Amino acid sequence: MSAAEQVPSAIHSGNRLYRERKRTNFILLVISGVAIGFGLFWLVWILGTLLYEGGHALARATLYYQMTPPPGADGGLANAIAGSLVMVAAGTLIGTPVGILAGTYLAEYGRHGWLAGATRFLNDVLLSAPSIVIGLFVYSVYVAKVKHFSAWAGALALAMIVVPVVVRTTDDMLKLVPNTLREAAMALGCPVWKMITSITYKAARVGILTGVLLAVARISGETAPLLFTALNNQFWSTNMNAPMANLPVVIFQFAMSPYEDWHRLAWGGAALITLAVLVLNILARALFRKSD
Amino acid sequence: MSLTNASNATTAPRPMIQTAVRDASADETLPVADLKPKLRVSKLNFYYGGFHALKNVTLDIAERKVTAFIGPSGCGKSTLLRTFNRMYSLYPEQRAEGEILMDGENLITTKQDVSLIRARIGMVFQKPTPFPMSIYDNIAFGVRLFERLSRREMDERVESALGRAALWNEVKDKLSQSGQSLSGGQQQRLCIARGIAIKPEVLLLDEPCSALDPISTAKVEELIHELKSDYTVVIVTHNMQQAARVSDYTAYMYLGELIEYDITDTIFITPKKSQTEDYITGRFG
Repeated sequence: MSAAEQVPSAIHSGNRLYRERKRTNFILLVISGVAIGFGLFWLVWILGTLLYEGGHALARATLYYQMTPPPGADGGLANAIAGSLVMVAAGTLIGTPVGILAGTYLAEYGRHGWLAGATRFLNDVLLSAPSIVIGLFVYSVYVAKVKHFSAWAGALALAMIVVPVVVRTTDDMLKLVPNTLREAAMALGCPVWKMITSITYKAARVGILTGVLLAVARISGETAPLLFTALNNQFWSTNMNAPMANLPVVIFQFAMSPYEDWHRLAWGGAALITLAVLVLNILARALFRKSD
Repeated sequence: MSLTNASNATTAPRPMIQTAVRDASADETLPVADLKPKLRVSKLNFYYGGFHALKNVTLDIAERKVTAFIGPSGCGKSTLLRTFNRMYSLYPEQRAEGEILMDGENLITTKQDVSLIRARIGMVFQKPTPFPMSIYDNIAFGVRLFERLSRREMDERVESALGRAALWNEVKDKLSQSGQSLSGGQQQRLCIARGIAIKPEVLLLDEPCSALDPISTAKVEELIHELKSDYTVVIVTHNMQQAARVSDYTAYMYLGELIEYDITDTIFITPKKSQTEDYITGRFG
Protein backbone atom coordinates (compact mmCIF):
# COMPACT_ATOMS: atom_id res chain seq x y z
CA MET A 1 0.00 0.00 0.00
CA SER A 2 2.83 2.40 0.78
CA ALA A 3 4.21 2.05 -2.75
CA ALA A 4 0.86 3.22 -4.12
CA GLU A 5 1.00 6.31 -1.92
CA GLN A 6 4.50 7.26 -3.02
CA VAL A 7 3.79 6.99 -6.78
CA PRO A 8 0.59 8.92 -7.52
CA SER A 9 -1.79 7.19 -9.91
CA ALA A 10 -1.68 8.36 -13.54
CA ILE A 11 -5.40 7.90 -13.82
CA HIS A 12 -6.96 11.33 -13.25
CA SER A 13 -8.68 13.87 -15.49
CA GLY A 14 -5.58 16.07 -15.78
CA ASN A 15 -3.59 13.31 -17.49
CA ARG A 16 -2.00 14.63 -20.71
CA LEU A 17 -2.52 11.47 -22.77
CA TYR A 18 -6.11 11.29 -21.64
CA ARG A 19 -6.76 14.91 -22.60
CA GLU A 20 -5.12 14.52 -25.99
CA ARG A 21 -7.27 11.48 -26.66
CA LYS A 22 -10.39 13.39 -25.69
CA ARG A 23 -9.42 16.23 -28.01
CA THR A 24 -8.74 13.89 -30.96
CA ASN A 25 -12.07 12.23 -30.33
CA PHE A 26 -13.84 15.60 -30.37
CA ILE A 27 -12.17 16.73 -33.61
CA LEU A 28 -13.01 13.48 -35.40
CA LEU A 29 -16.56 13.61 -34.14
CA VAL A 30 -16.98 17.09 -35.58
CA ILE A 31 -15.51 16.03 -38.95
CA SER A 32 -17.80 13.01 -39.10
CA GLY A 33 -20.79 15.14 -38.25
CA VAL A 34 -19.93 17.61 -41.03
CA ALA A 35 -19.60 14.70 -43.49
CA ILE A 36 -23.01 13.36 -42.51
CA GLY A 37 -24.49 16.82 -42.84
CA PHE A 38 -22.93 17.21 -46.30
CA GLY A 39 -24.43 13.92 -47.49
CA LEU A 40 -27.85 14.56 -46.01
CA PHE A 41 -27.90 18.12 -47.37
CA TRP A 42 -27.84 16.96 -50.98
CA LEU A 43 -30.26 14.12 -50.33
CA VAL A 44 -32.76 16.46 -48.73
CA TRP A 45 -32.26 19.00 -51.50
CA ILE A 46 -32.87 16.37 -54.19
CA LEU A 47 -35.96 15.00 -52.48
CA GLY A 48 -37.20 18.52 -51.74
CA THR A 49 -36.76 19.68 -55.34
CA LEU A 50 -38.48 16.55 -56.65
CA LEU A 51 -41.46 17.00 -54.35
CA TYR A 52 -41.60 20.75 -54.94
CA GLU A 53 -41.46 20.45 -58.72
CA GLY A 54 -43.30 17.14 -59.08
CA GLY A 55 -45.68 17.32 -56.14
CA HIS A 56 -48.26 19.24 -58.13
CA ALA A 57 -48.23 16.65 -60.93
CA LEU A 58 -48.26 13.80 -58.40
CA ALA A 59 -51.35 15.18 -56.73
CA ARG A 60 -53.37 15.25 -59.97
CA ALA A 61 -55.35 12.05 -60.51
CA THR A 62 -55.00 12.39 -64.29
CA LEU A 63 -51.32 11.44 -63.90
CA TYR A 64 -52.35 7.90 -63.13
CA TYR A 65 -55.04 7.24 -65.77
CA GLN A 66 -54.35 9.46 -68.79
CA MET A 67 -51.86 8.62 -71.53
CA THR A 68 -48.74 10.63 -72.28
CA PRO A 69 -50.00 13.66 -74.21
CA PRO A 70 -48.72 15.46 -77.31
CA PRO A 71 -47.28 18.89 -76.52
CA GLY A 72 -49.89 21.37 -75.36
CA ALA A 73 -52.57 18.78 -74.55
CA ASP A 74 -53.64 17.48 -71.19
CA GLY A 75 -52.41 14.06 -70.14
CA GLY A 76 -50.79 11.74 -67.62
CA LEU A 77 -48.28 8.92 -67.38
CA ALA A 78 -50.60 5.91 -67.17
CA ASN A 79 -49.00 4.04 -70.09
CA ALA A 80 -45.49 4.74 -68.80
CA ILE A 81 -46.34 3.64 -65.25
CA ALA A 82 -47.93 0.42 -66.54
CA GLY A 83 -45.05 -0.22 -68.93
CA SER A 84 -42.49 0.28 -66.18
CA LEU A 85 -44.37 -2.07 -63.86
CA VAL A 86 -44.65 -4.75 -66.57
CA MET A 87 -41.00 -4.60 -67.61
CA VAL A 88 -39.65 -4.38 -64.05
CA ALA A 89 -41.82 -7.36 -63.09
CA ALA A 90 -40.74 -9.37 -66.15
CA GLY A 91 -37.08 -8.46 -65.63
CA THR A 92 -37.28 -9.46 -61.96
CA LEU A 93 -39.07 -12.73 -62.75
CA ILE A 94 -36.41 -13.66 -65.30
CA GLY A 95 -33.42 -12.43 -63.32
CA THR A 96 -34.26 -13.58 -59.79
CA PRO A 97 -34.33 -17.38 -60.30
CA VAL A 98 -31.14 -17.24 -62.35
CA GLY A 99 -29.47 -15.07 -59.72
CA ILE A 100 -30.56 -17.18 -56.76
CA LEU A 101 -29.53 -20.45 -58.42
CA ALA A 102 -26.15 -19.07 -59.48
CA GLY A 103 -25.58 -17.57 -56.02
CA THR A 104 -26.47 -20.93 -54.48
CA TYR A 105 -23.91 -22.64 -56.67
CA LEU A 106 -21.24 -20.15 -55.62
CA ALA A 107 -21.91 -20.41 -51.90
CA GLU A 108 -22.91 -24.06 -51.50
CA TYR A 109 -21.44 -26.18 -54.26
CA GLY A 110 -18.57 -24.31 -55.82
CA ARG A 111 -16.56 -23.48 -52.72
CA HIS A 112 -13.60 -25.59 -53.60
CA GLY A 113 -13.27 -25.26 -57.36
CA TRP A 114 -11.82 -22.62 -59.67
CA LEU A 115 -15.14 -22.17 -61.47
CA ALA A 116 -16.77 -20.39 -58.54
CA GLY A 117 -13.87 -18.00 -58.14
CA ALA A 118 -13.92 -17.11 -61.83
CA THR A 119 -17.71 -16.74 -61.85
CA ARG A 120 -17.65 -14.54 -58.77
CA PHE A 121 -15.06 -12.28 -60.38
CA LEU A 122 -17.01 -11.99 -63.66
CA ASN A 123 -20.18 -11.35 -61.71
CA ASP A 124 -18.52 -8.48 -59.89
CA VAL A 125 -17.46 -7.06 -63.25
CA LEU A 126 -21.04 -7.33 -64.49
CA LEU A 127 -22.28 -5.74 -61.27
CA SER A 128 -20.32 -2.60 -61.95
CA ALA A 129 -20.79 -2.57 -65.74
CA PRO A 130 -22.41 0.69 -66.92
CA SER A 131 -26.06 -0.02 -67.69
CA ILE A 132 -25.75 1.63 -71.10
CA VAL A 133 -23.38 -1.18 -72.08
CA ILE A 134 -26.06 -3.72 -71.19
CA GLY A 135 -28.60 -1.72 -73.22
CA LEU A 136 -26.29 -1.69 -76.24
CA PHE A 137 -25.54 -5.39 -75.81
CA VAL A 138 -29.23 -6.37 -75.86
CA TYR A 139 -29.72 -3.97 -78.76
CA SER A 140 -27.05 -5.65 -80.86
CA VAL A 141 -27.87 -9.28 -80.04
CA TYR A 142 -31.66 -9.04 -79.93
CA VAL A 143 -33.20 -5.77 -81.16
CA ALA A 144 -30.97 -5.53 -84.23
CA LYS A 145 -31.67 -9.19 -85.12
CA VAL A 146 -35.48 -8.98 -84.89
CA LYS A 147 -35.36 -5.48 -86.34
CA HIS A 148 -37.76 -3.81 -83.88
CA PHE A 149 -37.76 -2.49 -80.32
CA SER A 150 -39.82 -4.48 -77.84
CA ALA A 151 -40.83 -4.79 -74.20
CA TRP A 152 -39.21 -8.24 -74.11
CA ALA A 153 -35.88 -6.69 -75.06
CA GLY A 154 -36.38 -4.16 -72.25
CA ALA A 155 -37.21 -6.86 -69.73
CA LEU A 156 -34.17 -8.84 -70.86
CA ALA A 157 -31.87 -5.86 -70.36
CA LEU A 158 -33.33 -5.23 -66.91
CA ALA A 159 -32.95 -8.93 -66.04
CA MET A 160 -29.28 -8.69 -66.92
CA ILE A 161 -28.94 -5.96 -64.30
CA VAL A 162 -30.92 -7.97 -61.73
CA VAL A 163 -28.82 -11.14 -62.09
CA PRO A 164 -25.48 -9.89 -60.74
CA VAL A 165 -27.13 -8.07 -57.83
CA VAL A 166 -29.08 -11.15 -56.78
CA VAL A 167 -26.10 -13.48 -57.34
CA ARG A 168 -23.99 -11.31 -55.09
CA THR A 169 -26.50 -10.98 -52.25
CA THR A 170 -27.49 -14.67 -52.38
CA ASP A 171 -23.83 -15.69 -52.31
CA ASP A 172 -23.06 -13.30 -49.43
CA MET A 173 -26.12 -14.20 -47.40
CA LEU A 174 -25.62 -17.95 -47.78
CA LYS A 175 -21.99 -17.54 -46.77
CA LEU A 176 -23.18 -15.85 -43.57
CA VAL A 177 -25.02 -19.03 -42.58
CA PRO A 178 -22.66 -20.73 -40.12
CA ASN A 179 -21.05 -23.88 -41.44
CA THR A 180 -21.93 -25.65 -38.21
CA LEU A 181 -25.58 -25.51 -39.30
CA ARG A 182 -24.68 -27.28 -42.53
CA GLU A 183 -22.64 -29.88 -40.69
CA ALA A 184 -25.50 -30.41 -38.23
CA ALA A 185 -27.89 -31.11 -41.09
CA MET A 186 -25.42 -33.40 -42.84
CA ALA A 187 -24.82 -35.23 -39.54
CA LEU A 188 -28.47 -36.32 -39.59
CA GLY A 189 -27.92 -38.01 -42.95
CA CYS A 190 -29.47 -35.15 -44.90
CA PRO A 191 -28.67 -34.91 -48.62
CA VAL A 192 -27.07 -31.67 -49.80
CA TRP A 193 -30.05 -30.39 -51.82
CA LYS A 194 -32.36 -30.91 -48.86
CA MET A 195 -29.93 -29.18 -46.54
CA ILE A 196 -29.88 -26.16 -48.86
CA THR A 197 -33.62 -25.92 -49.46
CA SER A 198 -34.77 -26.54 -45.91
CA ILE A 199 -31.96 -25.19 -43.77
CA THR A 200 -29.67 -22.65 -45.39
CA TYR A 201 -32.35 -20.97 -47.55
CA LYS A 202 -34.47 -20.65 -44.44
CA ALA A 203 -31.62 -19.17 -42.46
CA ALA A 204 -30.76 -16.71 -45.26
CA ARG A 205 -34.22 -15.99 -46.66
CA VAL A 206 -34.53 -12.44 -45.35
CA GLY A 207 -31.14 -11.47 -46.76
CA ILE A 208 -31.91 -13.00 -50.15
CA LEU A 209 -35.31 -11.28 -50.29
CA THR A 210 -33.65 -7.98 -49.38
CA GLY A 211 -31.27 -8.48 -52.31
CA VAL A 212 -34.17 -9.02 -54.69
CA LEU A 213 -35.93 -5.88 -53.43
CA LEU A 214 -32.76 -3.83 -53.86
CA ALA A 215 -32.40 -5.19 -57.40
CA VAL A 216 -35.99 -4.13 -58.15
CA ALA A 217 -35.24 -0.68 -56.75
CA ARG A 218 -32.14 -0.50 -58.91
CA ILE A 219 -33.86 -1.37 -62.21
CA SER A 220 -36.95 0.78 -61.68
CA GLY A 221 -34.90 3.87 -62.38
CA GLU A 222 -32.69 2.57 -65.18
CA THR A 223 -33.00 4.62 -68.39
CA ALA A 224 -30.10 3.63 -70.60
CA PRO A 225 -30.92 -0.08 -71.02
CA LEU A 226 -34.52 0.74 -71.95
CA LEU A 227 -33.61 3.52 -74.38
CA PHE A 228 -32.00 0.95 -76.69
CA THR A 229 -34.48 -1.86 -76.14
CA ALA A 230 -38.06 -0.97 -75.20
CA LEU A 231 -37.73 2.57 -76.55
CA ASN A 232 -41.03 4.30 -75.84
CA ASN A 233 -44.66 4.30 -76.85
CA GLN A 234 -47.06 7.20 -76.78
CA PHE A 235 -50.00 4.87 -76.41
CA TRP A 236 -51.24 2.17 -74.11
CA SER A 237 -49.69 -1.14 -75.14
CA THR A 238 -49.66 -4.57 -73.59
CA ASN A 239 -47.84 -6.20 -76.49
CA MET A 240 -44.53 -7.49 -75.22
CA ASN A 241 -43.25 -7.72 -78.79
CA ALA A 242 -43.78 -4.02 -79.46
CA PRO A 243 -42.15 -0.90 -78.04
CA MET A 244 -43.53 -0.06 -74.61
CA ALA A 245 -43.72 3.20 -72.68
CA ASN A 246 -41.79 3.41 -69.43
CA LEU A 247 -41.16 6.09 -66.84
CA PRO A 248 -37.38 6.61 -67.19
CA VAL A 249 -37.42 7.09 -70.96
CA VAL A 250 -40.54 9.30 -70.79
CA ILE A 251 -38.85 11.43 -68.16
CA PHE A 252 -35.75 11.63 -70.33
CA GLN A 253 -37.67 12.68 -73.45
CA PHE A 254 -40.07 15.07 -71.71
CA ALA A 255 -37.35 16.73 -69.68
CA MET A 256 -35.28 17.36 -72.83
CA SER A 257 -38.26 18.93 -74.62
CA PRO A 258 -38.96 22.67 -74.70
CA TYR A 259 -42.57 22.29 -73.50
CA GLU A 260 -43.60 23.45 -70.04
CA ASP A 261 -46.39 20.88 -69.54
CA TRP A 262 -44.06 18.01 -70.50
CA HIS A 263 -41.56 19.29 -67.94
CA ARG A 264 -44.22 19.11 -65.24
CA LEU A 265 -45.04 15.52 -66.18
CA ALA A 266 -41.33 14.62 -66.17
CA TRP A 267 -41.01 16.03 -62.63
CA GLY A 268 -44.05 14.04 -61.60
CA GLY A 269 -42.62 10.83 -63.01
CA ALA A 270 -39.24 11.44 -61.38
CA ALA A 271 -40.87 12.04 -58.00
CA LEU A 272 -42.99 8.92 -58.46
CA ILE A 273 -39.97 6.66 -59.18
CA THR A 274 -37.99 8.14 -56.31
CA LEU A 275 -40.80 7.61 -53.83
CA ALA A 276 -41.34 4.03 -55.08
CA VAL A 277 -37.64 3.24 -54.71
CA LEU A 278 -37.63 4.86 -51.27
CA VAL A 279 -40.55 2.69 -50.18
CA LEU A 280 -38.83 -0.44 -51.53
CA ASN A 281 -35.63 0.40 -49.67
CA ILE A 282 -37.48 1.04 -46.43
CA LEU A 283 -39.36 -2.23 -46.91
CA ALA A 284 -36.08 -4.09 -47.45
CA ARG A 285 -34.61 -2.56 -44.33
CA ALA A 286 -37.67 -3.27 -42.23
CA LEU A 287 -37.55 -6.89 -43.35
CA PHE A 288 -33.89 -7.15 -42.49
CA ARG A 289 -34.38 -5.57 -39.09
CA LYS A 290 -37.23 -7.93 -38.26
CA SER A 291 -34.90 -10.88 -38.67
CA ASP A 292 -32.49 -9.50 -36.06
CA MET B 1 -23.85 -39.92 -10.81
CA SER B 2 -26.19 -37.51 -9.18
CA LEU B 3 -26.96 -34.05 -10.38
CA THR B 4 -25.52 -32.41 -7.28
CA ASN B 5 -22.27 -34.29 -7.55
CA ALA B 6 -21.78 -33.22 -11.11
CA SER B 7 -22.44 -29.56 -10.53
CA ASN B 8 -20.26 -29.51 -7.43
CA ALA B 9 -17.39 -30.85 -9.39
CA THR B 10 -17.82 -28.25 -12.08
CA THR B 11 -18.01 -25.27 -9.79
CA ALA B 12 -15.40 -26.39 -7.25
CA PRO B 13 -12.88 -28.83 -8.71
CA ARG B 14 -11.99 -31.56 -6.29
CA PRO B 15 -8.71 -33.45 -6.20
CA MET B 16 -8.44 -35.65 -9.25
CA ILE B 17 -8.29 -38.97 -7.43
CA GLN B 18 -11.53 -38.30 -5.59
CA THR B 19 -13.27 -37.44 -8.83
CA ALA B 20 -11.95 -40.53 -10.47
CA VAL B 21 -13.30 -42.85 -7.80
CA ARG B 22 -16.85 -42.68 -8.99
CA ASP B 23 -19.73 -45.02 -8.57
CA ALA B 24 -18.06 -47.57 -10.78
CA SER B 25 -20.11 -50.69 -10.51
CA ALA B 26 -18.30 -53.99 -10.82
CA ASP B 27 -19.68 -54.89 -14.26
CA GLU B 28 -18.13 -51.77 -15.78
CA THR B 29 -14.58 -52.67 -14.96
CA LEU B 30 -13.89 -54.78 -18.01
CA PRO B 31 -10.32 -54.77 -19.22
CA VAL B 32 -10.01 -52.98 -22.58
CA ALA B 33 -9.04 -56.17 -24.38
CA ASP B 34 -12.39 -57.72 -23.51
CA LEU B 35 -14.67 -54.90 -24.60
CA LYS B 36 -17.38 -55.64 -27.12
CA PRO B 37 -16.51 -53.38 -30.03
CA LYS B 38 -19.02 -51.32 -31.97
CA LEU B 39 -16.40 -49.49 -33.98
CA ARG B 40 -12.96 -50.93 -34.69
CA VAL B 41 -10.44 -48.31 -35.69
CA SER B 42 -7.13 -49.55 -37.00
CA LYS B 43 -4.09 -47.81 -38.45
CA LEU B 44 -6.10 -44.68 -39.07
CA ASN B 45 -4.22 -41.76 -40.61
CA PHE B 46 -5.79 -38.42 -41.33
CA TYR B 47 -4.60 -35.43 -43.33
CA TYR B 48 -5.72 -31.81 -43.59
CA GLY B 49 -4.09 -31.10 -46.93
CA GLY B 50 -0.43 -31.65 -46.13
CA PHE B 51 -0.86 -31.71 -42.36
CA HIS B 52 -0.74 -35.17 -40.81
CA ALA B 53 -3.36 -34.88 -38.05
CA LEU B 54 -3.87 -38.48 -36.95
CA LYS B 55 -1.01 -40.93 -36.85
CA ASN B 56 -1.71 -44.67 -36.93
CA VAL B 57 -4.55 -44.57 -34.46
CA THR B 58 -5.86 -47.99 -33.44
CA LEU B 59 -8.62 -48.50 -30.88
CA ASP B 60 -11.95 -50.24 -30.33
CA ILE B 61 -15.03 -48.31 -29.27
CA ALA B 62 -17.17 -50.35 -26.89
CA GLU B 63 -20.81 -50.96 -27.68
CA ARG B 64 -23.30 -49.27 -25.31
CA LYS B 65 -20.57 -47.66 -23.29
CA VAL B 66 -19.31 -44.12 -23.06
CA THR B 67 -15.85 -43.52 -24.46
CA ALA B 68 -14.11 -40.20 -23.85
CA PHE B 69 -11.31 -38.66 -25.90
CA ILE B 70 -9.14 -36.27 -23.92
CA GLY B 71 -5.98 -34.34 -24.70
CA PRO B 72 -4.73 -30.80 -25.20
CA SER B 73 -6.10 -28.60 -27.99
CA GLY B 74 -5.01 -29.68 -31.45
CA CYS B 75 -4.25 -33.26 -30.40
CA GLY B 76 -6.69 -34.70 -32.94
CA LYS B 77 -9.52 -35.83 -30.70
CA SER B 78 -12.22 -33.94 -32.60
CA THR B 79 -10.62 -35.00 -35.87
CA LEU B 80 -10.85 -38.63 -34.81
CA LEU B 81 -14.50 -38.17 -33.87
CA ARG B 82 -15.28 -36.55 -37.22
CA THR B 83 -13.86 -39.48 -39.15
CA PHE B 84 -16.48 -41.80 -37.62
CA ASN B 85 -19.40 -40.17 -39.44
CA ARG B 86 -17.33 -39.13 -42.45
CA MET B 87 -17.89 -35.45 -41.68
CA TYR B 88 -14.52 -34.78 -43.28
CA SER B 89 -15.90 -35.87 -46.69
CA LEU B 90 -17.57 -32.45 -46.94
CA TYR B 91 -14.12 -30.94 -47.40
CA PRO B 92 -12.14 -32.15 -50.42
CA GLU B 93 -8.76 -31.20 -48.91
CA GLN B 94 -9.28 -33.58 -45.98
CA ARG B 95 -8.70 -37.30 -46.32
CA ALA B 96 -8.46 -40.41 -44.18
CA GLU B 97 -6.59 -43.65 -44.68
CA GLY B 98 -6.96 -46.86 -42.74
CA GLU B 99 -9.89 -48.72 -41.32
CA ILE B 100 -12.95 -47.87 -39.27
CA LEU B 101 -15.02 -51.04 -39.13
CA MET B 102 -18.65 -50.95 -38.13
CA ASP B 103 -20.44 -54.29 -38.46
CA GLY B 104 -17.55 -55.53 -40.56
CA GLU B 105 -17.75 -52.69 -43.08
CA ASN B 106 -14.94 -50.18 -43.54
CA LEU B 107 -16.62 -46.77 -43.25
CA ILE B 108 -13.78 -45.03 -45.04
CA THR B 109 -13.87 -47.02 -48.26
CA THR B 110 -17.49 -48.21 -48.24
CA LYS B 111 -19.61 -47.76 -51.34
CA GLN B 112 -22.56 -47.06 -49.06
CA ASP B 113 -24.00 -43.55 -49.31
CA VAL B 114 -22.52 -41.31 -46.59
CA SER B 115 -26.01 -40.09 -45.71
CA LEU B 116 -26.85 -43.59 -44.49
CA ILE B 117 -23.68 -43.78 -42.41
CA ARG B 118 -24.42 -40.40 -40.86
CA ALA B 119 -27.97 -41.41 -40.03
CA ARG B 120 -26.60 -44.43 -38.14
CA ILE B 121 -23.89 -42.40 -36.41
CA GLY B 122 -25.39 -39.23 -34.98
CA MET B 123 -23.41 -36.19 -33.91
CA VAL B 124 -23.82 -33.26 -31.54
CA PHE B 125 -21.54 -30.27 -31.94
CA GLN B 126 -19.69 -27.94 -29.63
CA LYS B 127 -21.94 -24.98 -30.36
CA PRO B 128 -25.68 -25.64 -30.24
CA THR B 129 -27.00 -25.72 -33.82
CA PRO B 130 -30.79 -25.47 -33.76
CA PHE B 131 -32.27 -25.22 -37.26
CA PRO B 132 -34.20 -22.07 -38.16
CA MET B 133 -37.56 -23.75 -37.60
CA SER B 134 -39.91 -24.67 -34.76
CA ILE B 135 -38.84 -26.86 -31.84
CA TYR B 136 -41.13 -29.60 -33.15
CA ASP B 137 -39.75 -29.40 -36.69
CA ASN B 138 -36.19 -29.41 -35.39
CA ILE B 139 -36.85 -32.94 -34.13
CA ALA B 140 -39.13 -34.01 -36.99
CA PHE B 141 -36.75 -32.81 -39.72
CA GLY B 142 -34.26 -35.64 -39.28
CA VAL B 143 -36.96 -38.26 -38.74
CA ARG B 144 -38.74 -37.28 -41.97
CA LEU B 145 -35.56 -37.90 -43.95
CA PHE B 146 -35.87 -41.65 -43.48
CA GLU B 147 -39.34 -42.39 -42.15
CA ARG B 148 -42.90 -41.62 -43.13
CA LEU B 149 -44.85 -41.34 -39.90
CA SER B 150 -48.43 -40.41 -39.22
CA ARG B 151 -49.02 -37.21 -37.32
CA ARG B 152 -49.67 -39.16 -34.13
CA GLU B 153 -46.56 -41.33 -34.48
CA MET B 154 -44.47 -38.24 -35.14
CA ASP B 155 -45.92 -36.51 -32.09
CA GLU B 156 -44.94 -39.52 -30.00
CA ARG B 157 -41.46 -39.61 -31.48
CA VAL B 158 -40.92 -35.91 -30.81
CA GLU B 159 -42.18 -36.24 -27.26
CA SER B 160 -40.03 -39.26 -26.47
CA ALA B 161 -36.90 -37.68 -27.95
CA LEU B 162 -37.45 -34.45 -26.03
CA GLY B 163 -38.28 -36.48 -22.94
CA ARG B 164 -35.06 -38.47 -23.14
CA ALA B 165 -33.12 -35.24 -23.58
CA ALA B 166 -34.74 -33.90 -20.39
CA LEU B 167 -36.27 -31.03 -22.31
CA TRP B 168 -39.91 -32.05 -22.70
CA ASN B 169 -41.20 -30.38 -19.56
CA GLU B 170 -39.57 -27.10 -20.48
CA VAL B 171 -40.85 -26.91 -24.07
CA LYS B 172 -44.06 -28.95 -24.23
CA ASP B 173 -46.21 -25.82 -24.27
CA LYS B 174 -44.21 -24.02 -26.95
CA LEU B 175 -43.37 -26.65 -29.54
CA SER B 176 -44.25 -24.28 -32.37
CA GLN B 177 -41.80 -21.62 -31.21
CA SER B 178 -38.49 -21.26 -32.98
CA GLY B 179 -35.76 -23.59 -31.76
CA GLN B 180 -33.43 -20.61 -31.80
CA SER B 181 -35.48 -18.87 -29.11
CA LEU B 182 -34.32 -21.36 -26.47
CA SER B 183 -31.43 -20.76 -24.08
CA GLY B 184 -28.00 -22.19 -24.90
CA GLY B 185 -28.40 -25.18 -22.61
CA GLN B 186 -31.87 -25.93 -23.93
CA GLN B 187 -30.65 -25.59 -27.52
CA GLN B 188 -27.93 -28.14 -26.87
CA ARG B 189 -30.43 -30.58 -25.36
CA LEU B 190 -32.65 -29.93 -28.39
CA CYS B 191 -29.74 -30.93 -30.62
CA ILE B 192 -29.21 -34.10 -28.60
CA ALA B 193 -32.94 -34.86 -28.85
CA ARG B 194 -32.75 -34.29 -32.61
CA GLY B 195 -29.83 -36.69 -32.79
CA ILE B 196 -31.51 -39.49 -30.87
CA ALA B 197 -34.90 -39.03 -32.56
CA ILE B 198 -33.64 -40.71 -35.72
CA LYS B 199 -32.48 -43.67 -33.60
CA PRO B 200 -28.81 -43.89 -34.51
CA GLU B 201 -26.59 -46.68 -33.21
CA VAL B 202 -23.70 -44.45 -32.24
CA LEU B 203 -23.81 -40.91 -30.84
CA LEU B 204 -20.79 -38.67 -31.24
CA LEU B 205 -20.55 -35.68 -28.88
CA ASP B 206 -17.96 -33.06 -29.77
CA GLU B 207 -17.38 -31.03 -26.59
CA PRO B 208 -21.13 -30.82 -26.03
CA CYS B 209 -20.87 -28.84 -22.79
CA SER B 210 -18.17 -26.32 -23.59
CA ALA B 211 -20.71 -23.56 -24.25
CA LEU B 212 -22.98 -24.45 -21.32
CA ASP B 213 -23.32 -23.29 -17.74
CA PRO B 214 -22.75 -25.78 -14.87
CA ILE B 215 -26.42 -26.62 -14.41
CA SER B 216 -26.99 -27.35 -18.09
CA THR B 217 -23.72 -29.29 -18.09
CA ALA B 218 -24.95 -31.43 -15.22
CA LYS B 219 -28.18 -32.13 -17.10
CA VAL B 220 -26.36 -33.13 -20.26
CA GLU B 221 -23.97 -35.34 -18.30
CA GLU B 222 -26.85 -37.08 -16.60
CA LEU B 223 -28.40 -37.58 -20.00
CA ILE B 224 -25.20 -39.11 -21.39
CA HIS B 225 -25.22 -41.52 -18.50
CA GLU B 226 -28.74 -42.64 -19.40
CA LEU B 227 -28.14 -42.77 -23.12
CA LYS B 228 -25.59 -45.53 -22.93
CA SER B 229 -28.25 -48.13 -22.22
CA ASP B 230 -29.26 -47.77 -25.89
CA TYR B 231 -26.43 -46.05 -27.66
CA THR B 232 -22.72 -46.27 -28.10
CA VAL B 233 -21.54 -42.85 -27.00
CA VAL B 234 -18.23 -41.22 -27.88
CA ILE B 235 -17.48 -37.86 -26.29
CA VAL B 236 -14.68 -35.39 -26.87
CA THR B 237 -14.05 -33.17 -23.89
CA HIS B 238 -11.58 -30.62 -22.62
CA ASN B 239 -12.84 -31.11 -19.13
CA MET B 240 -11.09 -34.03 -17.44
CA GLN B 241 -13.50 -34.17 -14.54
CA GLN B 242 -16.22 -34.57 -17.11
CA ALA B 243 -14.40 -37.46 -18.76
CA ALA B 244 -13.96 -39.04 -15.34
CA ARG B 245 -17.62 -38.54 -14.47
CA VAL B 246 -19.34 -39.75 -17.61
CA SER B 247 -17.10 -42.24 -19.40
CA ASP B 248 -16.33 -45.93 -19.09
CA TYR B 249 -13.26 -45.79 -21.30
CA THR B 250 -10.88 -42.94 -21.88
CA ALA B 251 -8.38 -42.33 -24.64
CA TYR B 252 -5.60 -39.80 -24.09
CA MET B 253 -4.29 -38.29 -27.29
CA TYR B 254 -1.37 -36.01 -27.98
CA LEU B 255 -0.16 -34.54 -31.29
CA GLY B 256 -2.26 -36.89 -33.38
CA GLU B 257 -1.21 -40.03 -31.59
CA LEU B 258 -3.17 -42.22 -29.25
CA ILE B 259 -0.96 -42.26 -26.14
CA GLU B 260 -3.03 -44.38 -23.82
CA TYR B 261 -6.43 -46.02 -23.93
CA ASP B 262 -7.96 -47.84 -21.02
CA ILE B 263 -10.82 -48.11 -18.59
CA THR B 264 -11.48 -44.61 -17.29
CA ASP B 265 -10.62 -45.45 -13.68
CA THR B 266 -7.31 -46.92 -14.73
CA ILE B 267 -6.45 -43.87 -16.80
CA PHE B 268 -7.24 -41.52 -13.95
CA ILE B 269 -5.87 -43.54 -11.01
CA THR B 270 -3.04 -45.65 -12.37
CA PRO B 271 -2.10 -44.50 -15.85
CA LYS B 272 0.66 -46.60 -17.38
CA LYS B 273 2.41 -43.75 -19.14
CA SER B 274 3.94 -40.81 -17.37
CA GLN B 275 2.76 -38.54 -20.22
CA THR B 276 -0.85 -39.38 -19.43
CA GLU B 277 -0.28 -38.84 -15.74
CA ASP B 278 1.33 -35.45 -16.37
CA TYR B 279 -1.68 -34.37 -18.38
CA ILE B 280 -4.41 -35.54 -16.04
CA THR B 281 -2.69 -34.16 -12.98
CA GLY B 282 -2.29 -30.79 -14.67
CA ARG B 283 1.49 -30.81 -14.84
CA PHE B 284 1.22 -30.55 -18.59
CA GLY B 285 -1.30 -29.17 -21.04
